Amino acid sequence: MIENRPIDTFVSHAVLLAGIAIVMFPVWITLVAASHDAARLLQIPLPLGLGDQFFDNLKHVIGEGVNNSVSLGIMLFNSLVMALMIAFGKIAISLLSAYALVYFDFRFRMMFFWMIFITLMLPVEVRILPTYEVVAQLNMLDSYWGLSIPLIASATATFMFRQTFLSVPDELLEAARIDGAGPMRFFFDILLPISRTSIAAMFVILFIYGWNQYLWPLLITTDKNMYTIVMAIKQMMEALEETPQWHYIMMTAFLAMIPPVIVVITMQKLFVKGLTETEK
Amino acid sequence: MLLKQVHFKSSALPYLLVAPQIIITLIFFIWPASQALFQSLLLEDAFGLSSEFVWLDNFKELFEDEHYINAFGRTLFFSGMVAATSLSFSLVLAAMADRVIKGTGIYRTLLIWPYAVAPVVAGALWVFMFYPTTGIISTTLNSMGYEWNHQLKGDQAMFLVIMAAAWKQVSYNFLFFLAAMQAIPKSLIEAAAIDGASPVKRFWTIIFPLITPTTFFLLVINVVYAFFETFGIIHVVTKGGPAKATEILVYKVFNDGFVGLDLGGSAAQSVILMVVVIALTTFQFKYIERKVEY
Repeated sequence: MIENRPIDTFVSHAVLLAGIAIVMFPVWITLVAASHDAARLLQIPLPLGLGDQFFDNLKHVIGEGVNNSVSLGIMLFNSLVMALMIAFGKIAISLLSAYALVYFDFRFRMMFFWMIFITLMLPVEVRILPTYEVVAQLNMLDSYWGLSIPLIASATATFMFRQTFLSVPDELLEAARIDGAGPMRFFFDILLPISRTSIAAMFVILFIYGWNQYLWPLLITTDKNMYTIVMAIKQMMEALEETPQWHYIMMTAFLAMIPPVIVVITMQKLFVKGLTETEK
Repeated sequence: MLLKQVHFKSSALPYLLVAPQIIITLIFFIWPASQALFQSLLLEDAFGLSSEFVWLDNFKELFEDEHYINAFGRTLFFSGMVAATSLSFSLVLAAMADRVIKGTGIYRTLLIWPYAVAPVVAGALWVFMFYPTTGIISTTLNSMGYEWNHQLKGDQAMFLVIMAAAWKQVSYNFLFFLAAMQAIPKSLIEAAAIDGASPVKRFWTIIFPLITPTTFFLLVINVVYAFFETFGIIHVVTKGGPAKATEILVYKVFNDGFVGLDLGGSAAQSVILMVVVIALTTFQFKYIERKVEY
């Protein structure tokens, strides 16, 4: 800050705290609901502070599941597998294709570039019906492959890595060549290590993207053992009219948001750097 | 597209390197998308047994359909409100965070939280707070004499989905605004301060104009987000109701295709949405090429 006026500083902090209170209020209420029993959540005035049922509720949803469904443990595991497959799969194929597009001169290079580029413009929601048909024909319904592969091929990661590779000085390749390194040697020993930060940032973005998928798993899974935790919440809310089990629903919501939140917060610096420096 | 000055000669290797991505793209993007294009020109019966080539009839029908035109207008309103709410809220917070020295890290950590929350989960949180009989905010409103029931009242349902969608986008907007503000050279602000410009005046005459590119970028991103990524929120909060009051285009594609089984009409809607994304993306890329000089 330029001038030191305590009042200004005070106002800034006050506004920020108020903003955070608004933003975090829904999260706090989730935690509150997850720590009370069903009866308390039907009683007005509703609680604003934490209750003592948190671990009982946790044990119930992990152990038995909600509404005769499977255990949330299985769903958390499915979500984790899906998110990791999407994140690692996308990073792997994007690193390879970005490397080819930036470091090789070959026929149809521009055509490949545009084929990849156009996928930026087609969100899953828009092409959902025909993609579903393709996956059904390939017998990939109710499988981890079906959950992840169709979401893997999008251009965002390819673009980010292309950007990173373009900023690598040419001298590195010249030096590597003089030392006798071939293309794959250069890729693994030099290019990958210096792209560490963008790979990490991309991991955060893609993990969250994969974990938070909803419509896609909803359509292609019918086997309860393949459900992901995000779609489970919706199904619990369907039963809301007859059995208002808000304590379990909010516990599920809480569990569903914890893993991506942990990933974002622990990798915050890399994530912010990756997000703000490459997407514009 | 750019190629390195120093690069490898062509061989079989680059084809192998792009192969995985190209194969997946062909199978899961290009093929389904062309299917959607083709299907949008067909009229299929509800059982999918026979279909007839009808050229652009599906599109003509859509644009004559009052429901579709209404859904279009509703989507524009929804996106505009989501973008305006989320952008203005984040702009204020970023401006404050740019001014404080201590605590920026903690503020950022807390504000980043909604970004990680899935749209469906965000929807669930907001429904819970506003659930007519047992929500913490709805019951408070009711006791103050304001009747809240978003399951019956369309405008309240719309308000609720806008709030849930805007809430999720606050983190992203905040991070970009803050990064843009911190990139402005301090000497500019100092010069203005020496000339006696107040903090508020400095914000409007220096900071705000200099972050215009970021604001435009975020505007497009927010509109795209509201158009396409809010399906989960709508699905869990209102299911497009009451009486279609919150049925936006993406929701309608799903509803007409999967629930109503009108494949041709749904495909035609998909194609229109693709055109919208392509237009927005092109606009964004064009705009981003122009960078502001400090």
